[in-house]
Amino acid sequence: MKPTRKSLWTALRSALLGLAAAGTLGACAMPEPWVKPYERERLSDPLMKVQRDALSAKHLEHVHEVREGARGGTGVQGGGCGCN
Amino acid sequence: MAAIDRCRRALRKTQLTLLALGRRREGARGLPFVASARLLGALGGLLATGHAQPAELPEDRADLMLHSFDGGGVSAWGPALLVRKNLLNKASLFATYYADIVSNASIDVVTTASPYDETRHEYGFGVDHAVRDSLITVAGSYSTEPDYIATAFNMDVATDFFSGMTTVSLGYTYGSDDVGKVGEGFFDNAKHWRYRVGMTQILTPRWYANANFEVVSDDGYLGSPYRTALVFGAAVPERMPRTRTSRTVQFRLVGEVAPAWVVRGEYRYFWDTWDIGAHTFGLGVATRFGEKWLVDVYARGYRQEGALFYSDNATSETQYVTRNRQLSTYNSWAIGTKATYALMRVPGRYEITLNGAVEYWNTDYSDFTDLRTGSLYSYNATVLQLYVSALF
Repeated sequence: MKPTRKSLWTALRSALLGLAAAGTLGACAMPEPWVKPYERERLSDPLMKVQRDALSAKHLEHVHEVREGARGGTGVQGGGCGCN
Repeated sequence: MAAIDRCRRALRKTQLTLLALGRRREGARGLPFVASARLLGALGGLLATGHAQPAELPEDRADLMLHSFDGGGVSAWGPALLVRKNLLNKASLFATYYADIVSNASIDVVTTASPYDETRHEYGFGVDHAVRDSLITVAGSYSTEPDYIATAFNMDVATDFFSGMTTVSLGYTYGSDDVGKVGEGFFDNAKHWRYRVGMTQILTPRWYANANFEVVSDDGYLGSPYRTALVFGAAVPERMPRTRTSRTVQFRLVGEVAPAWVVRGEYRYFWDTWDIGAHTFGLGVATRFGEKWLVDVYARGYRQEGALFYSDNATSETQYVTRNRQLSTYNSWAIGTKATYALMRVPGRYEITLNGAVEYWNTDYSDFTDLRTGSLYSYNATVLQLYVSALF
């Protein structure tokens, strides 16, 4: 049976409604920031920083990079040792 | 953030239009419009949670360090300096100096050349600029030694999202090197491109995770004019490819397991177009003793599979061949510690700390022979850092 214009519209409307409902539910399910700024005191402790001092971190990165085949990916800004 | 604001305004406008259209239609006919409007409202709300506290410029500081490396016949030591100063609360300028005074009698050198001494100087300048919740860094460096000059420029952006729970960083470095040989002058060059992206996610009030990905591409002279390879037992100049691309991923987890006891674990995987594959593992603990001492202890493991064209002693003629042990197969482990002592502290005004760090490591090569003894080569090394930091 050839679909009529009305049945097409009904199907399209149902699809749109379904999409909107799923989207709304999905959006509702988006998490809120669950660690509030006032709960981050421990995270700002210097103990939590892996690379506390940039100068020291860059030197260690340099020492490793000139002796190992691997390089990068450590998050040390700039990267590279500028040497042979 | 301006883009996010524009996006939110556009969403709000569309939402109001959809609501108006929905109200004009009776019953179920208006539902798709109302539902879509609510969906857009939720999306706008999500974007609103992206507003975080403004990014903070790094603290003003000065660091003076003495560093040294001693191992495998190589000793390198020298001073390093970092000075950082805030400018009108808009930007933070920084400058670095780093020297490596090298005395090289490594296994490569003593078996195929003569020991030598040289000094490398590296100068760096840069600026950090905070724009709403983003920190933009632009920096450059210039390194010079008798047979190698390297110039690099980098730009990094770190932005907070999700009320500051997520930080995304992007970075780019371009480097251009002049390569030379003592007695012959500069004869070639090499260019380097580094692209990096990272994400730090706060998981709980005491734990966060971090992931980094970096691609490095090189083009040019990537070997050493002094190094020789062995082919059928005969020494020949090494032949290296002129291009290389590598990729690195790293994952890290950091958390406080008890008051003032922080642990961390990390893993890095590296692979490149020379067929080198490397795994790096790290574990560390940091704690505080009294009010003045802060101590880190860590262990690091490294395992590498060698390059396709690496050979201890090649038994066939190939286009590329090297005996650079940095590109061979080997295992390495290290233990290290770092201690910080708060010498003077006036909260909110300044702090002066004394710092000491030592790392001891061992490397065992699987296919690099010590030509003096005929057995596989291994070496131990010690890295030292002593520095004073002033934050003000």
